[in-house]
Amino acid sequence: MSTILETVNLERTFGAVVAASNINIKISAGEILGVIGSNGAGKTTFVNMVTGYLKPSSGKILYRGEDITGKPTRDITRLGICRSFQIPQLFLELPVIDNIIIALTIAKEVKPSLLKPAITPEIVDEAMEILKRFEVAQYAESEVGVLAQGIRKLVDIAMATVNNPDLLFLDEPTSGVSAEEKIQIMDVLMAALKTTKTAVLFIEHDMEIVEKYAPRVAAFYEGTILADGPTGEVLDDPKVREFVIGTEFHRKVEENQVGGSV
Amino acid sequence: MRSQLDRTEKLLIVGLPILIALGFILPEWIVNYIQVSLGTGLVALGVMIQMRAGLVSFGQGLYFCIGGYAAGMAGKFLGISDIFLLLACGLIASVTIAFAAGFLLRRYREIFFAMLSLALSMILFGLLSKLEMLGSTDGFNLPSATYLGWAPEGDTAKHALYVATCIPTIICAFLLNRYLRSPMGYIGEALRENEIRLEYLGTSAHRAVHIKYVIAAGVSGIGGVLWALALGHVDPEMTNWTTSGQFVFISILSGTGNIVAPLFGTFILEIVRVYAVELSPNTWQMILGTLMLLTIIFLPRGLWSLIQEKKHAKKSGGEK
Amino acid sequence: MLTAVAIAVDGLGFAAWLFLSSVGLTLIYGVMRILNIAHGGFYALGAYSSAWAIGLYTQTGSTIALTYLIIPLAALAVGVIAGLLIERGILRFMYGRDEVLMVLVTYAIFLILEDVTKLIWGTGSMVAYQPAYFLGTIEIFGIPYTIYKLCLVGLAIVVGAVLWWGLNRTRIGKLLLVVIEDREISRALGINVTLFFTVTFVIGVTLGALGGAVTAPQISVVPGIGAEIIVMAFAVIVIGGMGSIGGAIIGAIFVGFARALSVHLYPPAELFSIYLVMAVVLAFKPYGLFSLAEGRKI
Repeated sequence: MSTILETVNLERTFGAVVAASNINIKISAGEILGVIGSNGAGKTTFVNMVTGYLKPSSGKILYRGEDITGKPTRDITRLGICRSFQIPQLFLELPVIDNIIIALTIAKEVKPSLLKPAITPEIVDEAMEILKRFEVAQYAESEVGVLAQGIRKLVDIAMATVNNPDLLFLDEPTSGVSAEEKIQIMDVLMAALKTTKTAVLFIEHDMEIVEKYAPRVAAFYEGTILADGPTGEVLDDPKVREFVIGTEFHRKVEENQVGGSV
Repeated sequence: MRSQLDRTEKLLIVGLPILIALGFILPEWIVNYIQVSLGTGLVALGVMIQMRAGLVSFGQGLYFCIGGYAAGMAGKFLGISDIFLLLACGLIASVTIAFAAGFLLRRYREIFFAMLSLALSMILFGLLSKLEMLGSTDGFNLPSATYLGWAPEGDTAKHALYVATCIPTIICAFLLNRYLRSPMGYIGEALRENEIRLEYLGTSAHRAVHIKYVIAAGVSGIGGVLWALALGHVDPEMTNWTTSGQFVFISILSGTGNIVAPLFGTFILEIVRVYAVELSPNTWQMILGTLMLLTIIFLPRGLWSLIQEKKHAKKSGGEK
Repeated sequence: MLTAVAIAVDGLGFAAWLFLSSVGLTLIYGVMRILNIAHGGFYALGAYSSAWAIGLYTQTGSTIALTYLIIPLAALAVGVIAGLLIERGILRFMYGRDEVLMVLVTYAIFLILEDVTKLIWGTGSMVAYQPAYFLGTIEIFGIPYTIYKLCLVGLAIVVGAVLWWGLNRTRIGKLLLVVIEDREISRALGINVTLFFTVTFVIGVTLGALGGAVTAPQISVVPGIGAEIIVMAFAVIVIGGMGSIGGAIIGAIFVGFARALSVHLYPPAELFSIYLVMAVVLAFKPYGLFSLAEGRKI
């Protein structure tokens, strides 16, 4: 399979803090890759850099062999790299369907017209199609602001997929939702993405989910990649167990304790 | 089929001949108020379309003034009196300046946008107040309008100018409504809510703001020309921030729900002002301020929301 | 050479006046996140009440020296009465609302205050030149300056120092810094945030009124002075970064000297120069010289 994204010695510092360094990663077309690592390990920083939200301090980002380092987010989106967010970034005061229509409108129009109506029956149908694919069609008319986190997450991901990206980053798609919902969300998501042959990189704290959905895993630790390879090998790697999964385990125990005491 | 008209657009098309007819039926003083408030109403529209994107322009008087002065200067120095040329002058001047200023302003949102647009308008205020050539604080007079060589006099001139005010105003309102329904206008709604997402969808939030800003300036400039012709006079007060404040006031009062609302709002305000000033000259601003507070507290979406909410209630009632 | 001295002294004078007139605005914004357009109204109230009080007092024929006490007292009276009324009566119901909305709310209050001023003191002009005249003039390199103006420089330094000391060296000031940092956590820690807001607002209003009160003896107090000051005060505080006292000092110096330069070298550009400085600063530092870094959003 052909490589679509390659990063070369990617580094980002905030003042004296090194948020990410020496990040070398290759992603092939259509591949599904899980990313693990504790908070502050540099996962989101990495995604922010590739999608142009943050400028790397040094290093290179190659997309289909082309250097896209330092390009603005909107151009990178147009090239086919999209993302979802840990905290869903939606138009909260607008209904779900309007959120998708806006995304579709932007995806379609290279030169947005000033006088043609934006909302046409065709675009509404298309938006409903997308909502159905993500199984949130029943919320189409609800304002996003009143919906539960799990639904918002799906809408957020749906919006990231409207222009059929070749590479999709999902930043903790299942965070902030209950344990039962996690699997449900991932199932819906993977089914929806299966039809498009999109390469997916998802950041995830839950090892069960990673094992279930990602054939390959990259483990981040203190801004660098500790291990990268087939899921089984990476999760068994002693270093990963000590520095990454260990902390995840503690995190989980803490979460359970908090949950149990209520 | 290609481009259906929505209700507002139909209303505007039907409204134009009625508006023009009113000019011949109603008593002259009311017609004068209508004419003046169509000019300022366009500026309020400019403020309103920005407000839909969450941008409050506290300096829209800048483009109102630029439009008026551009027309006035074209008349004073170039001897132009043709209304089409004067409108073109006002439009070009305001759009050009807005395009340049837009590069600075598009970087700002919220209070910064509000206050910087205010500061820009005050720069012009300062300049015009000191420019002897343009009559400093007194301003100067405009020539009577001519129409492609036709120079009416007396009552005919009044009627002609009234008609010539109604037509561009309605055209502007129509086009603005179209713009708000268009993808670009639609993106404006999204702008208010989440710019990060807009960038991640592949469009430039800065550019959307810039376009909106220039469009708003364009209609305000036209409003300035029409207003200046109606009064036959321009002065720096047009760009004073208290003038801009009134445009903001109208937009808040009428809400951002419909393009027609600010036009009505301006007219009502104009009438109320005349009586209020007559009854008690020193309480007009107090009335404005109090009304504004009450609107913000009790009708955050403006008076128009009253009409809309009724409609909404009816709709949901019918479904049950 | 003479011009250079004149520019330096005038620049300092302008800067002091600008600082006094705008520090209340930055204080209220810093603590409450309210860009208080009504600041202009408080400035006007301060100017009118001080001119009025001085006028009443001088009619009695007593010593002028006491007017220097009347000026701050007038400002304090405005701050406590108008500040409390507006904060308790209107603003407290709106805390936590959108910043732009607060601009509109305070604009509405400004409009009301404009007419309140007219209703109390009429629309004519008021003069209270005595305090400025009483101190006489001093010659600096042959150019006469009113000593009153130089005293304002002193007053500006004192106000700046007191604010700095109050914020950084007192217990209450440190608690206030906590409130600025995070309202919610402050509440959870048991800090009475509402009380802090009320007190800050009263102090901010008093400072705004003080700006007007000390200006009154130098000008003819007329309706509309409040509308002028708010735009200028905004320019001053935005240059340094809104909400920062140090920023207001820097902004006042920038604007003060720019204005002095243009007054002496090219008078027609006086008003223009202020905004030019602002535009140049913002072109390079969009949120002012000392703006805080924004937090992580995604």
